[in-house]
Amino acid sequence: MLKIIKNKLEQGCRTSPYPKQPIALYERYRGRPEISRDCDPVLIRQCAEACPQEAIDPVKVTIDLGRCTFCGLCEMLSQGRFVRFTQNFELGTASRADLVTDGGAYADLASHAKQHFKKLFGRSLQLRQVSAAGCNSCEADTNVLNTPFFDLSRFGIDFVASPRHADGIHVTGPISLNMKAALLSTYEAVPSPKVVIASGSCSISGGPFYGSEQVIGDLGTLLPVDLYIPGCPPHPLTTLHALLAFFK
Amino acid sequence: MDNLVQIDNGVAISRADIPCLSPENFGLTLADFVKNDGFVVQFFAYAEHGGHRLLAVLRNDKLYATGCEVGAEFPSLTGWVSEKFHMFEREIAEQFGIRPTAHPWLKMVRYHPNYAGRADVFGNDYQNEEIPGRYDCFRVEGEAIHEVAVGPVHAGIIEPGHFRFQCAGEEVLHLEIQLGYQHRGVEKMLPTVAQRRLPIICEAIAGDTAIGHNLCCCQAIEALAGLKVDAGAQLVRTIALELERIANHLGDLGALSGDVAFNPPAAYFGRMRGDFLNLLQVLCGNRFGKGLVRPGGVAFVMGAEQRKLIIDKLDEIEPQVKNVCDLLFTAHTVQARFEGTGPVSREMAADLGLVGYAGRACGLAYDARVAFPTECYGQLPHNTNEMTNGDVYSRASVRREEIMHSLALIRLLLKRPETTAQAVMMEERPLAADSLVVTINEGWRGEVSHCVLTAADGSILRYKVKDPSFHNWTGLAMSLRNQGISDFPLCNKSYNLSYCGFDL
Repeated sequence: MLKIIKNKLEQGCRTSPYPKQPIALYERYRGRPEISRDCDPVLIRQCAEACPQEAIDPVKVTIDLGRCTFCGLCEMLSQGRFVRFTQNFELGTASRADLVTDGGAYADLASHAKQHFKKLFGRSLQLRQVSAAGCNSCEADTNVLNTPFFDLSRFGIDFVASPRHADGIHVTGPISLNMKAALLSTYEAVPSPKVVIASGSCSISGGPFYGSEQVIGDLGTLLPVDLYIPGCPPHPLTTLHALLAFFK
Repeated sequence: MDNLVQIDNGVAISRADIPCLSPENFGLTLADFVKNDGFVVQFFAYAEHGGHRLLAVLRNDKLYATGCEVGAEFPSLTGWVSEKFHMFEREIAEQFGIRPTAHPWLKMVRYHPNYAGRADVFGNDYQNEEIPGRYDCFRVEGEAIHEVAVGPVHAGIIEPGHFRFQCAGEEVLHLEIQLGYQHRGVEKMLPTVAQRRLPIICEAIAGDTAIGHNLCCCQAIEALAGLKVDAGAQLVRTIALELERIANHLGDLGALSGDVAFNPPAAYFGRMRGDFLNLLQVLCGNRFGKGLVRPGGVAFVMGAEQRKLIIDKLDEIEPQVKNVCDLLFTAHTVQARFEGTGPVSREMAADLGLVGYAGRACGLAYDARVAFPTECYGQLPHNTNEMTNGDVYSRASVRREEIMHSLALIRLLLKRPETTAQAVMMEERPLAADSLVVTINEGWRGEVSHCVLTAADGSILRYKVKDPSFHNWTGLAMSLRNQGISDFPLCNKSYNLSYCGFDL
């Protein structure tokens, strides 16, 4: 008992004041990119060809954040002249199209079309997480929301064990053919009205596994996706921000 | 030993130097090697000149390779030599439709059509039927016997897999673990994609082992492309691998304390795990170290600022780690639940070929950092483990010892002045033709190994990946023998094996 008290005193209170106070991530973290559209087209083409995820469109000069794994190669290659990643972790969007960015204004997630979700789930949101071939980094950084620093339940949001207790599903992974049936059964087991969240580049576009014949890739081809959370994996704060902005 | 060629970790050899034995001689060579305290690192098939070959990579205190041509079947070694082969042989059957004859328990590994276009060994028709999960599990018959099925979708935020328990009351007589739900076709796609995609894919083979797997991938490319890595980059790579180890071990100790309903350490470990993930973010901007290791070095230089951030964090957190470990391991309630739970004997561990902390907790000292050192490990002190009873307590203790050892290693490494000359970017490079390279690193779960074979034009002919979970899942199944079913979560967390690393 004394040891518990001693450790409690040493550990202190660790819960983040976010979202009441802003939080700064270390400068090497790569969040929302800034794009210099007037940069040398040769450089843009070079970046597009080097991008392992084929996320850069050199003609429209856009980056598809649903494909991007935020590896930072384009920023290094262009030495920041074409792409510069900022520490802004607010990346969630309500539509797939909004993830394709030209670096200009981002769609405001809080004012998305499905306002009735705020009324339905704003005070209590229970999610069933389904890993459909996720590599365990998305899963781990979702799990971390339950640690004292993020303390997700203080917002009335919980991950639950049974789809019957859930208001929606939170899907990670590129959806292997072998998980398709289990994913659809889980979705069907959630009572309506229900939400579908695609988390991580894998569930949005196949992520690193795009092109593999063993994965489906885009969750949107199977289920109506309400909320997209990009990243490889999304930073826990990206997920937290997306959930709060979309439902609160 | 003429039947084996000795190889070095991360050094390419010509494929012409790999012995090509007769199938009988190949089987006898493997049997002889394994019976004399040898272990299997890799054992797989690949296509060559319209036919197929088998390749085995073996280890005792050195590494060896050998091969043979193979037709539609080969004699299984599982039944009469060692359990070490059983998963590899099932994998060969599934991937190429080559049947290991007289295999005692031939069944699917990952549920996918084979690469060779042959008839499926298990009679599955993947084109027209929904196959995953359609499998008759091993059954114990009897009036008092009941069966518990769990998964593929589990109750927490974890990956999918199926567990089938045969129980008499609370007691588990047998646990069968049937995975494959996470199969993404990694090995099939790796040889077909542009080289620039390899590190990104390898970082996602098992996201919690992003550094371990990608290190194997990059070392293989370096060996085949003749790239040198400078001392500063090696320093960063070694630190990153140790940070990954600490973060995962801390997370699992927290999960173990949660599973025995001792909540304070569960909360503290969970939070401290995040601190170490954040140190990887300091190094490279990603909490799992994705994007850090690239062929030829590292993509991010560790400067004075990053060094200071890491040292300051270690100074702050090391006493906390010690105190929370002390809190967990001295609680009588925890000891009572950990001790004697889920034991695996040393003999069984050796027969199954368990690796990493699962093996070390049973007294198999093998640590790839010591046996086949890469990066800076040749110059670093080794770790030894005190508690080797093979139970949950031993696995937890080994992890605690490894956390403290890794913390000491990082401090030693940070005292060294080398910085990498320049950050490297992913570039496509020509690879040596007709070559074989095997890379091995001690990931946090144990021996991670990649094996790359190139063709005459330098393209990748076969890319073989092995996660330590491939060996260790069977260890978990054996841990559950005659245990209460309610101890499954505890046993499971003490191993915390990878689903996607196994399923590929």
